[in-house]
Amino acid sequence: MNDTILEMRGITKTFPGVTALQDVSLVVRRGEIHAICGENGAGKSTLMKVLSGVHPAGSYDGDIVLDGVPARFHGIRDSEAVGVVIIHQELALVPYLSIAENVFLGNERRGRGGLIDWNRANAEAAELLASVGLDENPVTPVAQLGVGKQQLVEIAKALSKEVRLLILDEPTAALNDTDSAHLLDLLRRLRDQGITCILISHKLGEVTSIADAITVLRDGRTVETLRTGEGEVTQERIIRGMVGRDLESFYPDRVSEPGDEVLRIEDWTVWHPTQDRKVVDGVSLGVRAGEVVGIAGLMGAGRTELAMSVFGRSYGRDVSGRLYVRGREVKARSVSEAIDNGIAYATEDRKRYGLNLIEDVRRNISAAALRKLASRGWVNGNEEIRVAEESRSYLGIRTTSVMTTVGTLSGGNQQKVVLAKWLFADPDVLILDEPTRGIDVGAKYEIYTIINRLVAAGKGVLVISSELPELLGVCDRIYTLAAGRLTGELPVAQATQENLMALMTKDKEAAA
Amino acid sequence: MTSTQRPPAENRAEPESAQAAALHTGTSNLRTLVTRNVRQSGIYVAFVVIVALFAILTDGVLLSPGNITNIVLQYSYILVLAIGMVIVIIAGHIDLSVGSVVALTGAVSAVLVIQQGYAWWIGVLAALLVGVAVGAWHGFWVAYVGIPAFIVTLAGMLLFRGLTLQVLDNISLSPFPSEYQRVANGFLNGLLGGQGYDAFTLFIGAFAVAGYAVSVFRTRVARIRYRQPVESFPLFVARVVAVAAVVMYFAWQLAHARGLPIVLIILGVLVIAYAVVTKRTVFGRQVYAIGGNLSAALLSGVRVRTVNFWIFVNMGFLSAVAGVIYSSRSNGAQPAAGTMFELDAIAAAFIGGAAVTGGVGTVVGAMVGGLIMAVMSNGMQLMGVDQSIQSVVKGLVLLLAVAFDIYNKRRGGAASR
Repeated sequence: MNDTILEMRGITKTFPGVTALQDVSLVVRRGEIHAICGENGAGKSTLMKVLSGVHPAGSYDGDIVLDGVPARFHGIRDSEAVGVVIIHQELALVPYLSIAENVFLGNERRGRGGLIDWNRANAEAAELLASVGLDENPVTPVAQLGVGKQQLVEIAKALSKEVRLLILDEPTAALNDTDSAHLLDLLRRLRDQGITCILISHKLGEVTSIADAITVLRDGRTVETLRTGEGEVTQERIIRGMVGRDLESFYPDRVSEPGDEVLRIEDWTVWHPTQDRKVVDGVSLGVRAGEVVGIAGLMGAGRTELAMSVFGRSYGRDVSGRLYVRGREVKARSVSEAIDNGIAYATEDRKRYGLNLIEDVRRNISAAALRKLASRGWVNGNEEIRVAEESRSYLGIRTTSVMTTVGTLSGGNQQKVVLAKWLFADPDVLILDEPTRGIDVGAKYEIYTIINRLVAAGKGVLVISSELPELLGVCDRIYTLAAGRLTGELPVAQATQENLMALMTKDKEAAA
Repeated sequence: MTSTQRPPAENRAEPESAQAAALHTGTSNLRTLVTRNVRQSGIYVAFVVIVALFAILTDGVLLSPGNITNIVLQYSYILVLAIGMVIVIIAGHIDLSVGSVVALTGAVSAVLVIQQGYAWWIGVLAALLVGVAVGAWHGFWVAYVGIPAFIVTLAGMLLFRGLTLQVLDNISLSPFPSEYQRVANGFLNGLLGGQGYDAFTLFIGAFAVAGYAVSVFRTRVARIRYRQPVESFPLFVARVVAVAAVVMYFAWQLAHARGLPIVLIILGVLVIAYAVVTKRTVFGRQVYAIGGNLSAALLSGVRVRTVNFWIFVNMGFLSAVAGVIYSSRSNGAQPAAGTMFELDAIAAAFIGGAAVTGGVGTVVGAMVGGLIMAVMSNGMQLMGVDQSIQSVVKGLVLLLAVAFDIYNKRRGGAASR
């Protein structure tokens, strides 16, 4: 049996300045569950967007052959017409519409005169729900369902389109263990009914238990395809494929002299703002002065959620736990209190959360500590310019003037403006969330240099990063998070990409 | 990090040399000056063109002393509203209720002064208090409950119009005592004498010009001391001379009519105060930060709720000021007073360069926007253009102004990519 349903050959996709996919090949056999693994940014999602027509034909190089026929999709509708359906990590359901309405959205069951035949729609929806094992009335609004059930509605929606190739992007990332198990069972049943699945997942335990084949991507290239029954397929084997690269970028040297603890978090628990689950569960950790501490974790592990909840409760609800800065317990209930208590947080998404893009460099730098430039509410504009100029030369922000609009700067320079803003606030501990995301190698090196200078000045730095080589290159100590829990802590001397990845993919039971 | 707090020595040139340098240095030419702020300069150019156009079409009547005085008296309350409105819009909100609040505050004042016989200043004070209370009401719902300002102030528009009718018992009140009428219709003149013209008005004009010149020169000196680019010295002089010429011409015309309107003094003080507040205070800067990127402002420690609350309190206060001016000018309170004022104020802000998405706009720009509307209305009235056509023209001007804003932004976005 060697029946190929999908073959992607030599796929190359470039974005301005970045090659996301480089000569990627993927062969999927009919009726198998084919997992795609790789680190964040390895190109998994881009590959699936190419396959489903989100990136239309012509915007990439290479061929897609579906059932022996060359496929050129110009949008989602084209790919869905031939039975290729993608379910994104962020569910695409309309919360206030019923299950049936969502299932047939854009594909409505019409009766006489072009009007929607609701009886038929609800009846067919009920059948589809039964086939995915969801016991709900089709007229129930989707908003009333939990995430696990919403995921099943998505699959029912895919089935309504007579799916041949179902693509699931991180389907279990937001699910608890029971719901995950249900979903995986359902995928097995669908496979037995002849539906081919492509599964993108970070949870390697899941992957090894369910997948018939595993393709590993790394830095936008295909590393290998492993098939069960054709040699050993273990988590360790997959991890080796995912991380086995040379350290291309390099890291400035630093002498590490940790001092007293500047930040301590005890028993920190955070609930999801709208769903009934813990996003961060009983995490305790510490950062010392002059120390760079890393947090490693896969998407959905709760890294950003942990950082933002510490930073003045700007994420989540029912935040509990104790927070100490320089040994003193602090209650940082708002961002301004957090800043006053010496905590700073530089976001992973600088354009959405970090910068006022329509404002100039100077005013972005002063934004978090404007009071330092003001007396009785009056801002000293000249001092502001001086501070901005000083930051510009200290951090090497390349711009013609501090009056330049931030939106026109490159990613690396924007990141430096974010850092400048927080340096001016003069915190004791600085949390950097993906500090080098989307910036080029040269600028990365500069950012690392800045981090080194900060710790040399006695600050504590907590770095969250998806790039393990980066954590290994800049940190003294690395914590690992998986599903909201701390699963490990390693001094950098003992950490390797392999043992970190093993801790990051550790199941909840093993962690407890 | 200590080094950002300590100024390095080389950044601080001696003041003397900076002042000397201010007389000849110049690093940016006319071209960069214009392109740097195309949004704002476009508005000034449009204003000059519109004034010139209507001056020609009305055979110079538009710029006659009597008519200039009239424009000031007729549109002052819209300009006062536009000051508050542009701040609301910069923060990314809108206020649809200001017309109703003008009516309510005027009505409260009229009831106290005309019906109850209290002193004129009690009426003014009560109106201002009511305005602040209304603003606090809006601020509470917008900032602390989190209801979009569009809804809150739409409700406020109905609510406060209804309360106006209640307060007035559905009838108009008139007339105010003469002291109250002076707020909008009074003039300061004859204080320094003059033959056929008012010397006091010219003195105030000259004083304003001198103040402007000193202030921009000091800014220039400071800029140079902090090694920032400034315009070349001849260009700087040209700018000051141009402003001086416009102001003195305006003062000259007023001096030859009835003197300096009291309401112009009120307006002038408010414009200067709010221009400074928006540019130079922590509060003003946080307004821009909230409108530019709400999430980034929150994550920079801006107390967004507090700021939003005070923005609406301020809008209520300025609505009350406009309410006092309007009731004074119309010499009474009417149930339908102030209808559609909100739209004129909003239009002034947008024509004056405020962005629909927030984060952009200036008080001075809104004033120019308001004056564009005022000159157009006044010019068309002088020409005897039908009311319906006036409305069509004003609508088109608003549309084009915002289209220009969006075109600019799209071009800016393309350039940044």
